[in-house]
Amino acid sequence: MRISSEEKGGRAFEGPQREPVIALFLRSPAVIRLLKLVLTLFLFALLWEAACRAFQVPSYLLPAPSRIFAALFGPVSFLGDGLITLYETLLGFAAALVVGVLAASAVVVFPAIADIVMPLLLMAQLVPKVAIAPIMMIWLGYGLLPKIALAFLVSFFPIVINTASGLSSLEKELLDLAHSLEASRWQLFWKFRVPSALPLLFDGMKISITLAVIGAVISEFVGGSQGLGFLILMANQQLNTALAFASLLLMSLGGIVLYALVELAERILIPWNLSEERWVKAGGL
Amino acid sequence: MGSADRVAAIEARGVGMVYNRKRTSLVALEAIDLTVKKEEFVSLLGPSGCGKTTLLKLISGLLPPSAGAIMVEGAPVLGPQRKIGIVFQTPALMKWRSVEKNVMLPAEVLGLERKKSRQRAQELIDLVGLTGFERKYPHELSGGMQQRVGIARALIHDPSILLLDEPFGALDLMTRSQLNLELLRIWSERRQTSLLITHSIPEAVFLSDRVVVLSARPGRVLDILEVSLPRPRTPEMRVGRKFVELVDQVSRRIGLEYA
Ligand SMILES: Nc1ncnc2c1ncn2[C@@H]1O[C@H](COP(=O)(O)OP(=O)(O)O)[C@@H](O)[C@H]1O
Ligand SMILES: [Mg+2]
Repeated sequence: MRISSEEKGGRAFEGPQREPVIALFLRSPAVIRLLKLVLTLFLFALLWEAACRAFQVPSYLLPAPSRIFAALFGPVSFLGDGLITLYETLLGFAAALVVGVLAASAVVVFPAIADIVMPLLLMAQLVPKVAIAPIMMIWLGYGLLPKIALAFLVSFFPIVINTASGLSSLEKELLDLAHSLEASRWQLFWKFRVPSALPLLFDGMKISITLAVIGAVISEFVGGSQGLGFLILMANQQLNTALAFASLLLMSLGGIVLYALVELAERILIPWNLSEERWVKAGGL
Repeated sequence: MGSADRVAAIEARGVGMVYNRKRTSLVALEAIDLTVKKEEFVSLLGPSGCGKTTLLKLISGLLPPSAGAIMVEGAPVLGPQRKIGIVFQTPALMKWRSVEKNVMLPAEVLGLERKKSRQRAQELIDLVGLTGFERKYPHELSGGMQQRVGIARALIHDPSILLLDEPFGALDLMTRSQLNLELLRIWSERRQTSLLITHSIPEAVFLSDRVVVLSARPGRVLDILEVSLPRPRTPEMRVGRKFVELVDQVSRRIGLEYA
């Protein structure tokens, strides 16, 4: 007893000195990746700025980054329109998530309906979404609903496909194990298939959230009076290219943040998926 | 000995298996006769693709045989049964479950009492030498440790028969011989009837009471060799003369067949 407690104490004293949190933070792969990205973008912007000034490119053709930046904090407020687009995107994405997961589950649990559902889904996917947008307006009016509907339509396909293949990609041996235990259809689904589908579902969500942004903006282009897409349309009509670029910048920044949030949710909800391979990938950038 | 003790744990009579594919059919097993007594440890040796895994699936009731009959503890096999635990060739763990939760999975599916099965899980985790790793996830474990979890999981519902399908095939030699000893210890403590598929002749000889040699596809029983090494088996036996002779004998039997 006495010896073991001494051992314990000894080990604690010999342990490595704890580094300041800030140092650990700065050396974490994610932060290094972010710093690299920011630096690259900054250099790119510098070159752009230099080129615009050197060749005196007119602003309506290609605004210099400084002008875009000025527009971002200029008289036009982006907040309201940004929030509208965000709202449409999130609702469309949420609908895509719910409908996509349900459709994929139905197809996997009752394979008989796959023959009907999958061709319909594929057809829906193959229709050009820009062509549907005006029809959505006719059906759903000029409010936010047609925008949400389009964001949904554009983004739900990757969720269905990824969830369906995740649900049906259970390891052969695990399937044998389930059968050998006479697991019910319900148990097979919830205990075996659903958890093993989560990594692919999250991959689908990452693609889907970026598509949802595009869907919402396309819809604002086609008809509407608010949102970042509408703002770009207005800016173009006034030849205010700097304003259009500022909207675009905001849009892609928003998309990146949404993507990062899905990734964060993935890290928190399925930490077991952080296999070695992924760490290597993250560190190898 | 009562009459119940004389009922064989596993009995296969004239078992054949044909896989029917779209146009072709493939004869995997032919006229297999095999008896495994209660508490016996039997190994199955045979070339790849000769139907070893198929035989295991037939015994465990995952597949119906095309011909013949299989009895487990005196009752015909009509489907999966609780009496059997299976260790697969790959660890086949759920990577979203901790070691403890992986071991408890069969108990959950079978609806066994939670408190009791948690206690049993702990006992089994101790038994396979993973004490302290209960909360770890599969990706944090080595291949050998993962396969130990697989063994503990196969034993959680207290099966009287353990079927092992090349469980150590993917492991390095040192880990493998260590796990051989562990399996031996587990078997001598619990005495579950064991049927082990392996490619390793020394492994088969060291662990088994009898070694069954199968032919190339379609699998037939070529020979059954008694292993006359005394129990309990010890690591030293693996370098003893008797052991070397037995390994030689089995190798020769196989060598002559596939020469
Ligand atoms: N589900 C299946 N359908 C068709 N053929 C199969 C199936 N499972 C196994 N086989 C074939 O049966 C033969 C025996 O397979 P298997 O029992 O896995 O052999 P082993 O385990 O001895 O390597 C092989 O030729 C294999 O290709
Ligand atoms: Mg096999």
